Amino acid sequence: MTDNIQTLLNFLPQLWEGVQTTIILTVLGSIGAIVIALVLGLTMTSSHAWLRVPARIIVEFFRGTSLLVQLFWLFYVFPLLGVDLDPMVCGIGALALNYGAYSAEVVRSSIITVDKGQWEGAIALSLSPTRRMVRVIFPQAWALMIPSLATLLIQLLKGSAVVSFITLQDLTEKIDQLRQSTNDTYFSFTIGLIIYFVIAWLLQEFMNFLERRATARLGRRRPNSRTDRRQARRAAREDALRKDRLASHSAAGEGADRARNPFPGQGGGL
Amino acid sequence: MPPTENTPSAADASAASASSNPAIEFKDVEKSFGKNTVLKNLNFTVAPGERVTLIGPSGSGKTTILRLVMTLEELTNGYIFVDGQPLTFEQRDGKRVELPKKRTREITTRIGMVFQQFNLFPNMTVLENIIEAPVHVLGKSKAEASKEAKELLERVGLAEKADEHPTRLSGGQQQRVAIARALAMSPEILLLDEVTSALDPELVGDVLAVLRDIAETTDITMLLVTHEMQFARDVSHRVMMFDGGQVLEEGPPDQIFNNPSHERTRSFLSSVL
Amino acid sequence: MWNWEFAAEALPILLRGFVNTLIATGVGTLIAVVLGLFIAVAIRGLPRWINWLIRLLVAFVRNTPLIMQLMFVYFIFAGIPGLVNIPALVVGFIVIGIHYSTYMSESYRAGIDAVPPGQHEAATALSLPPVRKFTAVVLPQALRATVPSLGNYAVAMFKDTPFLFAISVVELVTSAQQFGAAKFAYTEAFTLAGIVFLAASYPTSLLIQRLEKRLASY
Repeated sequence: MTDNIQTLLNFLPQLWEGVQTTIILTVLGSIGAIVIALVLGLTMTSSHAWLRVPARIIVEFFRGTSLLVQLFWLFYVFPLLGVDLDPMVCGIGALALNYGAYSAEVVRSSIITVDKGQWEGAIALSLSPTRRMVRVIFPQAWALMIPSLATLLIQLLKGSAVVSFITLQDLTEKIDQLRQSTNDTYFSFTIGLIIYFVIAWLLQEFMNFLERRATARLGRRRPNSRTDRRQARRAAREDALRKDRLASHSAAGEGADRARNPFPGQGGGL
Repeated sequence: MPPTENTPSAADASAASASSNPAIEFKDVEKSFGKNTVLKNLNFTVAPGERVTLIGPSGSGKTTILRLVMTLEELTNGYIFVDGQPLTFEQRDGKRVELPKKRTREITTRIGMVFQQFNLFPNMTVLENIIEAPVHVLGKSKAEASKEAKELLERVGLAEKADEHPTRLSGGQQQRVAIARALAMSPEILLLDEVTSALDPELVGDVLAVLRDIAETTDITMLLVTHEMQFARDVSHRVMMFDGGQVLEEGPPDQIFNNPSHERTRSFLSSVL
Repeated sequence: MWNWEFAAEALPILLRGFVNTLIATGVGTLIAVVLGLFIAVAIRGLPRWINWLIRLLVAFVRNTPLIMQLMFVYFIFAGIPGLVNIPALVVGFIVIGIHYSTYMSESYRAGIDAVPPGQHEAATALSLPPVRKFTAVVLPQALRATVPSLGNYAVAMFKDTPFLFAISVVELVTSAQQFGAAKFAYTEAFTLAGIVFLAASYPTSLLIQRLEKRLASY
C-alpha cells in the first residue's frame, strides 16, 4: 500500500493533466452542446415546417446514432474526406453534437411547457417575437430546463471517457496507466472513480446554484430544495411524535389527517 | 338593485369620440376550430368610447371575439377593422390577403387586454411588468415609463408593491397590476376577459372598483365579457347577448336585463342572476 | 469515397457484432429492471444509515463513467483465478445492467411516490396485509408510470453498448472499427454502424412514445 501511495505521488502531475483534459472536454463540450441545443431547440418550436422539420431530423440523427459512432466518424472518416481534425476537436465535437441533440429536445419541450397565458400576455402587449422570447418565455423555460440539463451535463462528463479510445490522455486513460504502474486495479480505479464523482458533484452543485437563481427570479423557491426537504423531515418527525402522543391519549386518528405535503416547495407552479 | 349614480348612455359615448370611424368593426367574421364553427357571419360595430358587455352561455363565442381583436386567434374568414383600419386581413383587388405581422402589431399597440388568469410575467417585478411594453414597444424612456407606472399603481392602490414579484401578490392584487400594465400602453381599446372569474369572491370588489374608476374617468372603448351582471349593468352602454355564434339581441343594459325580447335571453339571465 | 463492395462485405460482419450488442442490451436491461426494482423497494424498509449508504452507492455508480466501471470490473475478474475465463461480454452486460439499475431505481421510486395516498389508505382500510397492499395495489399503479421511462433507459443503454469497446467486446462499433482498420474502409463501416443504430433506436423510441401516451390516457 505504501508503494502504491508513493507511485501515486509520483504520478500526480500526470493525473492532474488527465483531470485537466477531462475538464476541458466537459466544459467546451457542454458549451458547444448548449449552443447547438439553443439553435436546434428554438428552431423546433418554429411555426414554419421548413425550419422545424430539418431541425427535428438533425436532432433525431444525432440522438439515434450513438456517441462512439459519431466520435469514430470524426476521428477516422474525416481524414479520409481530407479534413484532419485534432483528436481534442473530435472529442469536443462529438460530445457537443450528441449531447447538444439531447439538450435541444429539453430546450424545445421546456419552451412549449411555459404557460400559454404568458405568450398571450406578451402578444397583448404587442411585444415583438424576439422580445417575447428573450424577455418573457425563455427566462421561464430556462428555470424549467436546468434540472434536465444538469443530468445531461453529468452524462457528458461520463461520456467524455470515450476519448481514451482515440489516443487522448484524459482521466480514464491516466488511471489505466496508474493501474499498469501500480499493478493494483482496486487502488487505481477507486481513485479514478472518486475523482469523477467529485467533479460530477461540483457540476451538480453549480447547476443547483443556477436553478436557485433562475427560480428566485420567478419569485419562487426551487422545488424540493435542500431546505425544503429538511423542513419536511422536521415536520414529519414532529407529526410522528404528535401522533404517538395522540395515540397514547387514545384520541386515535385525529392527528393522522394532518399528513403534510412532504415537499412544500413542490407544486410551486412548475 | 337600483342602477347606480351614473348610468351612462350611448349618447355621451359618441360625444366622447373625435374620430368618425367605429373603434371596432366585425365584418362577416367567421371563426372555426377544426370542424367546430364558433362564430359565423358576425357583423357588429363598437363606437369609440363605447363600453359593450358580451353575455351569453359558455361556448357562445364571447371570449373568442375578444381574442380575435387581440390577434390571439386567427380569423377563419371575414375582416376586423380597428379605427377603420384592417387588423389582420384586408381586401385587395377583390382578394382577401393577410397583412404583414408588423403592421398588425402597430395596430395592436392601441389595444390592451386583461385576462382571466392575469398572465403577469413571473420573471419580472410588478414595475418591470408595467414598463416592459411602454419602453420596448412604444420606445419611451425608462424614467418616464417608471414614473407613469407608479402613477398607475397608485391609481389601482398598489403603489407600495412596485418592486414585488407578482407571485407574492394575491389574485386580486395581481389582477389590478395586470390592469395597470394594460393601461400603461394608453390603449384606445381595452378588452376585459372574465377578469374576476379566477378571483376569490372577497377580492372581486377591489378589481371592479378599479374598473369602474377607469370607466368613469376615461373614454377608453371597452369590450368586456363578464359574469358580474350588476357591474355590466352599471358600466356598459350596450349589452350584446350571444348564442350559437350569433348576436341574439342587443340594447341598453336596462332593456336587456329588465325586458329581454328573447326567451333564450330570459332563461340565460335567470340562470346567472 | 464510398465503396459499395466494402459496404456489402462489412454488413454481415457488422450484423454479427450486432448480435453481441443485442445480447448486452437484452441481458443488461433484464438485470437493470430487476435490480432497479429491488433497490427501489429495499431502500424503503431499511434503517436510516443503511438506506443512506445504499443511496450514496447508487449515486456513485450513477455519476461515474460506465467506461471506467467496465474496465474496473474487467481487470478485477482478470485477476481472480476462477474468473479469468469469463467472456468480456458477460462482464459487459453485468456492469451495464448494474449501471442502469441505478437510473431505473429512480424511475421506480418516482412511480411509487406518485401513487396517490388515497390508494394506500383504501388498502389499509381493507386491512390488506402490507405485502399484499404493495404487490396488488401500489406496485401495479406505479409500474404504469414507470414502464415508458424504463423503456427509454433501455434505449439509452442500447446506445451505450459501444462503450464495451473498452473491454474489447466485439459488438457493432468494435466490429466496424476492426473492419475499417483491416480494409481501410472506415467510411463504409462507421456509416453502416450509424445506420444500424438509427434504424433500431428511432422506431423503438417512437414506440415508447406511443406507449407512454396510451398509458397516460388510461
